[in-house]
Amino acid sequence: MACATCLTHGSDVATPGDKLLEVDHLCVTFATEAGAAKVLDGVNLTIRAGEIMGLVGESGCGKTTLANTILGILAGNARAEAGRVWFAGEDLFALPQRRMARDVRGRRITFIPQDPFGSFNPLFSVGAQTRELMKWKSPRRAPGEHQGLAGFFARYPRARRRADAEAIVQMLRSVQMPDPAATAGKLPHEFSGGQRQRLMIALALLPQPQLVIADEPTTALDVTIQAQILKLLKQLAKSRGISVLFTTHDLGTAYEICDRITVMYAGQEVESAPVADFFGRPQHPYTVRLLESLPRPGRELREIGGEIPRLIDPPSGCRFHPRCARASEICRKERPPATSLGGGHEVRCYHPVETPP
Amino acid sequence: MSQPPLLEVEGLSRHFPVRNMFGWQIGALRALDGVSFKVRPGETLGIVGESGCGKSTLGKALAGIHAASGGRILFEGTDITGCSAVQRRSVAPKLQYCYQDPGNSLDPRWTVRRSLAEPLIVHSALTARERDARIAKILEQVGLPLTHLELYPHELSGGQQRRVGLARILTLYPRLVVLDEPTSGLDVSVQASVLKLLRELQAAFTLSYLFISHDLSVVRAMCDRVAVMYAGRIVEEAPTERIFASAKHPYTLSLLAAIPNIGGERITDTFALEGEPPDPVRPPSGCRFRTRCPRAAAVCAGTDPPLRRIAPGQAAACLFA
Repeated sequence: MACATCLTHGSDVATPGDKLLEVDHLCVTFATEAGAAKVLDGVNLTIRAGEIMGLVGESGCGKTTLANTILGILAGNARAEAGRVWFAGEDLFALPQRRMARDVRGRRITFIPQDPFGSFNPLFSVGAQTRELMKWKSPRRAPGEHQGLAGFFARYPRARRRADAEAIVQMLRSVQMPDPAATAGKLPHEFSGGQRQRLMIALALLPQPQLVIADEPTTALDVTIQAQILKLLKQLAKSRGISVLFTTHDLGTAYEICDRITVMYAGQEVESAPVADFFGRPQHPYTVRLLESLPRPGRELREIGGEIPRLIDPPSGCRFHPRCARASEICRKERPPATSLGGGHEVRCYHPVETPP
Repeated sequence: MSQPPLLEVEGLSRHFPVRNMFGWQIGALRALDGVSFKVRPGETLGIVGESGCGKSTLGKALAGIHAASGGRILFEGTDITGCSAVQRRSVAPKLQYCYQDPGNSLDPRWTVRRSLAEPLIVHSALTARERDARIAKILEQVGLPLTHLELYPHELSGGQQRRVGLARILTLYPRLVVLDEPTSGLDVSVQASVLKLLRELQAAFTLSYLFISHDLSVVRAMCDRVAVMYAGRIVEEAPTERIFASAKHPYTLSLLAAIPNIGGERITDTFALEGEPPDPVRPPSGCRFRTRCPRAAAVCAGTDPPLRRIAPGQAAACLFA
């Protein structure tokens, strides 16, 4: 099914290097009591192998929905109306549910949650929960293991269990947990927030994934702990060549860790650029206003006037037009196509800001 | 400087008892341990620190939500430390406490008008007509139309609820407002509008703010002076510009080094501080920061450095500052 706003989707710039993930004009709607909410409306996103991609936007702009769609864990009332998600050459929407659960989710694509407090079962030791993960998602698991009736009774093969246990201790060492050997026996409440987030990173990296989706992993942490976690995540991802989709509403953390940044507004991506270009010469009026609203010494605070639109009856055309000073007639009618500015910098705007503020 | 301070806190402590399974007290969590500072009229004092450092306990102790375990709180020269609920009533209109999201503290079954009138009914002798006039004036100040008076909180957006919540705090014309993390968890654009509103209100009502936050960039934009807290103590206090230009305490320096600096060096390459804040039930001996401090020496374990003046208006609790 084609959705009307997607017809203008621009051709992707041919990029060197292999694309690991490609989201192609994805539309997701949520059925609500008030009507269908178009939470994602023609989103395009490309992540290359080994790249840290920042997904930036205000709350409610669809960052988490996009992450959930990639993982295939949308809520029951949500439906992908149009679009495709390509992961390493495979169409994730066409993949059978069982293969998705067995080989992709938690194995080749893993997830780091925002809240490290609610993500462990409080009643089981960290070691037990890690072993449970590795039983099913270990990179050493043979493809046919745990299949059919035999799989129902199959135990965790001893050789693999040993190898996995060793990998777990090594991983706990790489995420710099104090005393990795003793960590496994402790319950989640015995760890601080920063340590729990380190454990979450360990759990996400243990299956040796190709892509890690980190959903605001440092929002719940203090600044000094945030700095430690960002440093750790960047270093581990870079040294292992893992791609990261890093969603955040904090432009500062995005600057710290990302290679490229994509900005979303109300369910549409508006600009995508390498990190230097993004902060150096932002083109979309929304990006510019977002950067201006950061508190900086010696400058008056500037808010973005107006409010985020309701997604049940979103504005037509470019969804930012009601709050945009540069909006003209065409902005109200049609969503701007993606314009490439070279160097992987793309913007969707009829009236881009030429000069940096 | 000649003006007497609006709020003066001397050696304020708040200890929470730690009990074992039989209910015997086996220790104390020293959330606040000898905190002293002053707030002058019209000034914004920032309280900065990581979670668990005692900054929210401090705000709540000032607002009378927590009773102090020791020390004194002087508000406009009167000691309000251990005062009863009845005595408190004379202070409450002038010293207000504002939760993280003031919009959340509105009663969902009351109209905006009723929510705004309640503090006036409790604390003032105004007639109904005078109350209406006051409410209308405040509502205009926070940038909402008068038509909103008859609406219920759920009919307002989150930002408007926040404005009504602030209006409710301001109806009594307070002199000092304790703002507890007013912008944490907000998007930058919303944060900018909240900060702007707070500034406008400060100018319109000549308010003093005690601005509790963990975000140094917000504090820099809002505050005149900053006090940095670590594990229940103030470790450094200075005018905002001095904190950012020439901080002396190693903890303050680490906090500054942890702020992402867009366009500058990446903290993921430079940040060096390791470890996490100590357990407040068992703080380390001597200086509480020594377990993480890059400059810690043997002497730090034995002496607890007092907050001492190191420059005009600047004080730090470090032996090497």
